[in-house]
This record gives sequence, structure tokens and C-alpha cells, in this order.
Amino acid sequence: MIHGCFQRFNPVNWKHLDWSGKPARAFMKEAVEYGVGTQGFTIPMRGPNGQFALFTVNHTCSDEVWEQFVADNQRDLILVAHGFNQRALAMEEGVFSVNHPALSPRELSAMTLLAKGRSRAQAADEMNISEHTLRVYIEAARHKLGAMNTTHAVARALAVGLIVV
Amino acid sequence: MLRYVYGNDLEKFPRLQDSMFRDRAEQFHTRLGWKVAVDAQGWERDEYDALNPLYVIWETASGRHGGSMRFLPTTGQTMVNDHFLHLTDGVRIESPLIWECTRFCLAPDADRRVTAALVLGAGEVMQNFSLSHFVGVFDPRMERIYRMLGVNPDVIGRKGEGEAEIGIGLWEFIESARPRVQGRAKVTKAQSRLWFNASFGITDGAGTRAFALA
Repeated sequence: MIHGCFQRFNPVNWKHLDWSGKPARAFMKEAVEYGVGTQGFTIPMRGPNGQFALFTVNHTCSDEVWEQFVADNQRDLILVAHGFNQRALAMEEGVFSVNHPALSPRELSAMTLLAKGRSRAQAADEMNISEHTLRVYIEAARHKLGAMNTTHAVARALAVGLIVV
Repeated sequence: MLRYVYGNDLEKFPRLQDSMFRDRAEQFHTRLGWKVAVDAQGWERDEYDALNPLYVIWETASGRHGGSMRFLPTTGQTMVNDHFLHLTDGVRIESPLIWECTRFCLAPDADRRVTAALVLGAGEVMQNFSLSHFVGVFDPRMERIYRMLGVNPDVIGRKGEGEAEIGIGLWEFIESARPRVQGRAKVTKAQSRLWFNASFGITDGAGTRAFALA
């Protein structure tokens, strides 16, 4: 599993891994004896400078229930996984909650306009870019701020003083 | 058919691999005159091919490359962030929900359905892995083809002149474009899903290879 996931970057439902080998099945059986759930979903991540990590959620339930859970929550799980990874990297560097991410001037403009209550269309208009491009700039800023959504990202940017309204 | 292949699995498809990197040399070096490196065996490869990208490849009936593109997550190293920041207003486009798509390449004799099939493959990747956008690097010819298929990128920036021009753009998933793309590709939704599932080892229903532990 770990071997299979480290080199890739698409999320994987454990059910879709190759369990045809005897050692793989024996390993899983042993893991379950030690309390690992029979269902799993693993999100491989790539970071800057070749960093990589895996984030896994694990549970015991039927295949159908698990398929549905993954289908409903895949995107949120991806965001949670990267949130954990960013925090872990920050702790490793010993800069936990001290350093704030640097946003580019255009990202700062986008966040400032949203904080001022502009709609996306208005903000895009003021910045003279398409709404589509604006959404991607906001998404990039959200990721750098380790936020779960746009509102959270604006709150974070304000709280740490990156933007002033 | 479409195959979704990670870099480290390409060697399992030697003919496909060889013809893909040769066709890339033909398109990007010979035809477009981009400053790309072609090695002694005639392959065009760059440092991003060394990062184990995901390739979406059209395989012809004879097992040869018909067209392809290359994906990398933007949380790692990407071409756009490494080389084209001046075209993105200085914004590093970085998110787990955005992958980079580069080296969209067609075999010299590719028939018209190949491009549509590749666009369909890109859509499968976006939908199945819950992505919000692709950010891509493309030439003017590809841009014309995208427009024809109703999947025109939102262009953020451009560089260069004429056929040597390079554009940076964004795509998001448009379900309404699916019928037109499927029609031009002559591929049904079920067929497309089947190819995707086959490449990623996804079995339908209660998995035949599921581990029985009850």
C-alpha cells in the first residue's frame, strides 16, 4: 500500500489496491488484528522541494457505505490532508504559528477586496482579470493560508495582519 | 483507447513510451521550435518527466502513441510556478485541487478524435480526483482545438510571437461540454469510465479482489 502510494499523487480507496498477493493479504489481516479498520482511503501528497507524505483515514464498515463516504467527502479529505501536512512541515521547521505565508501582491489584492465585501465579479472587475482567474488566485491564497474555505482564508489573512481593511 | 500511466509504469508499455517521446520531439522541437532537449535516442524529455507525472495517453490500435498530455500536482514542482510566474501576475498557482497539464502532444498522423478523447480523459481525471482546475501551458494551435471542442482555457498570460507563442491558462470542469467532446471522440461515457477504472485498478461493485475479513 505504502509502496504503491508514495510514487503517485491520486487519492486511493484501499479496495482498489492490488490485494492478490498472499503477503499483502497476510499483512492486512495482521493489521486488522491490531485494530486497523478494514476500509481505508489514502491521499498521497507532494510538497515543495520533493517532500512527500501520505494521509490515511480508516474505518470498519461495508464496501457500499465506504464508497459513498469517499464519494461524498473526497474533496474535503484532500483539503484536510494537506492542512495536516502543512502543519507538520511547519512544526518540523520549528516555526509553528510564528511564520505567516507570503502572499503575492495580486493574492493580497484579491483577499482585501473580498474582506471589503466585494463579490467575486466585482473583485475580478476591479483587478481587471476574469472571475475564473480570480477564483484560482483565491484558491492559491487559501492553500497558502492553510484555510478550509474562502471565508476561513479571509479571516486568517485579517487575523495575522496580512491584509488590512 | 485511453491509458492513464504514471511515469514509473511507462516501461511496461515500451512501444507506447518510445513513440510518445518521439512524437513530442517532433511536435515541440521540430515543428514548434521550442527550446526543448532531445536526447540521443530521439526522445524529448525534461526535468518534469523525472518527477513521475501522470500521463494520459491515446493508444492506437497498433499500440502506438496517438496523443498525450502530462499531469503534475501544483503542490510540488511545476513548470508554471518554476518558469512562468511573470505570466501569472506573480501568483504561484499552488493547491491540492489544481493540477498542471503540460506537453499536450498529437502524433503527426493523429485522427481528429484523438484530441477530443484526450480532453475527455482530462475531464475524467478532474472529476474522479475532485479537482477544481487545471493550469496549463499551450501553443496557439492547441488553443484553437480547445475552442473547437468548447473547452477553451481562460488565458492568464502569453509569451512569444506567432507559432512560438506560449499561453498559460485555466480550465475547470464543464459537464455541459461532455456530450460534444464524447461525440467528437466517438467514445461513450461508459467506455471512458471503463478505461479510467482499468488504469487505476478500480473494480465495480463489491470488489473481486477485496480482502475478505469478516
